Amino acid sequence: MKKLMKGNNALAEAAILAGCRFFAGYPITPQTEILEYLAKHLPKRGGHFVQTESELAGINMVMGAAATGFRAMTSSAGPGFSLKQEGISYLCSMELPAVIVDVMRYGIGLGNIVLGQGDYFQAVKGGGHGGYKVPVYAPSSVQENVDYITMAFDTAEAYRTPVILLSDGAIGQMAESVELPEAKEHDPDKYDWTLKGRDAAHPTGRKMTDRIYYDFAYSEYDPHIRERYSKMEEELQMWEEIELADAEVVLVSYGISSRVCKEAVKLARKKGWKAGMIRPITLWPFPRKAFEKTNKMAKAYLSVEMNACGQMVEDVALYGRSVPVYSYPSGRVIADPEVILQKIEGIFQGTEKEVF
Amino acid sequence: MLNQFIFAGFGGQGILTAGLLLANTASVHGKEVIWMPSYGSEMRGGTANCSVKIDDEMISSPFIKKIDYLIVMNKPSLDKFLPQVREGGTVILNSSIITEVPEMPKLQKIAVPAGEICEKLKNERGANICMLGALAGCCELFTREEYETGIKDYFSAKPQFHEGNMAVFEAGYQCVKGE
Repeated sequence: MKKLMKGNNALAEAAILAGCRFFAGYPITPQTEILEYLAKHLPKRGGHFVQTESELAGINMVMGAAATGFRAMTSSAGPGFSLKQEGISYLCSMELPAVIVDVMRYGIGLGNIVLGQGDYFQAVKGGGHGGYKVPVYAPSSVQENVDYITMAFDTAEAYRTPVILLSDGAIGQMAESVELPEAKEHDPDKYDWTLKGRDAAHPTGRKMTDRIYYDFAYSEYDPHIRERYSKMEEELQMWEEIELADAEVVLVSYGISSRVCKEAVKLARKKGWKAGMIRPITLWPFPRKAFEKTNKMAKAYLSVEMNACGQMVEDVALYGRSVPVYSYPSGRVIADPEVILQKIEGIFQGTEKEVF
Repeated sequence: MLNQFIFAGFGGQGILTAGLLLANTASVHGKEVIWMPSYGSEMRGGTANCSVKIDDEMISSPFIKKIDYLIVMNKPSLDKFLPQVREGGTVILNSSIITEVPEMPKLQKIAVPAGEICEKLKNERGANICMLGALAGCCELFTREEYETGIKDYFSAKPQFHEGNMAVFEAGYQCVKGE
């Protein structure tokens, strides 16, 4: 049976249902309900909730829990997400599964607590050091918060990698009807690579670091990293296609912005404009395969996102090859479907200016 | 058909809950629904609002441009949202607090003395549910019984308040139907 839930609460509940038994993090708007919910419910369901003294402590405790095989999660937003970047890089080097939620807000520095899509670069391009890559899921509804958090835990273990769930203030704060999945029990001892205590057997050794640190396995390191990321890049791409069959102007949008773009595509179709949309569900890997199809017939891409200068638009240009790319970063307010429609018309009529 | 509602008032008047009660009514009865609160640097005593969109089909955007039903509990909220109400739309206002009401010839106006009603019924925190009763009286998206089940379901952990809630709901409903 469906149930009305706020995005943040639904995400937290879905994490418990997915077998998450450890959470450590620090409150910050607009994701605080995740902590509030888990503080209340996680201990009752056999898990541990820690409100840490800082985001740094949160991500590092998650690292410890992940090393023992537990399904572990932390969440933050804006400046708090910045503080987690070093930990994400370390999780990548140790090849530890964990889920990091960023409920995006708007602006640089402290910015503002209102909804926004300010962290695309940071989540997708490696906000920490060293050039790692992390699968990033971008939900666009409360139901997808539930579905993708479940998927995030599975992907994290299947590829032994941290996974980022890139939600935003609107999806976190709004309430919709959701269908929750069945509860899963997770056995923390089922993998051979986990730390199991002093007397247990550790077939892969007891070191939680990459192999160049203790083993000096320099020649194996680069090929291993390359193979790891190219496998994820090939296997994890997900996207949604809307009215793409004959689309000439293809909107590209994710998360909350994709909701208004769907409305804009409807408006455009009503007026006879051949508009469609690619909604990336994974932001890394970016859905290259979707663009390989649309590059053959699209006359233009229009990237719509909620930040000041456009961030994802650079990936649209990268994967859109020689197709002209237009950008509509709607800034501090959500894009207006009527304005998107005007841009679509402008592209068809040749009055809009391309950015790439 | 898409119906769009804004609930607005002072923080602490239960305005977000009123919206959630309507959203829950929609959810319980199988409609597509989105509830969205305003949030920012709000504080107790400041203004708060939330929007509710209800439809039979998937709703793409959670944001509202034209309001079908505006439920307001203080003057600043009325001033802020009145220009967004569509022609032929409905404004339900808390006349215990909003004493100066502008002319609105193209709109349906419903005045609910929620403060007096709640005082009389000794349920001083029930003004939001009283306003919802008035909405039930004029918005036929749901039957009266459906509204009641929606409210009851939302407060299922607090059955002791049901009777009091229903009394103020009924009084609000009669503000529309009793005339």
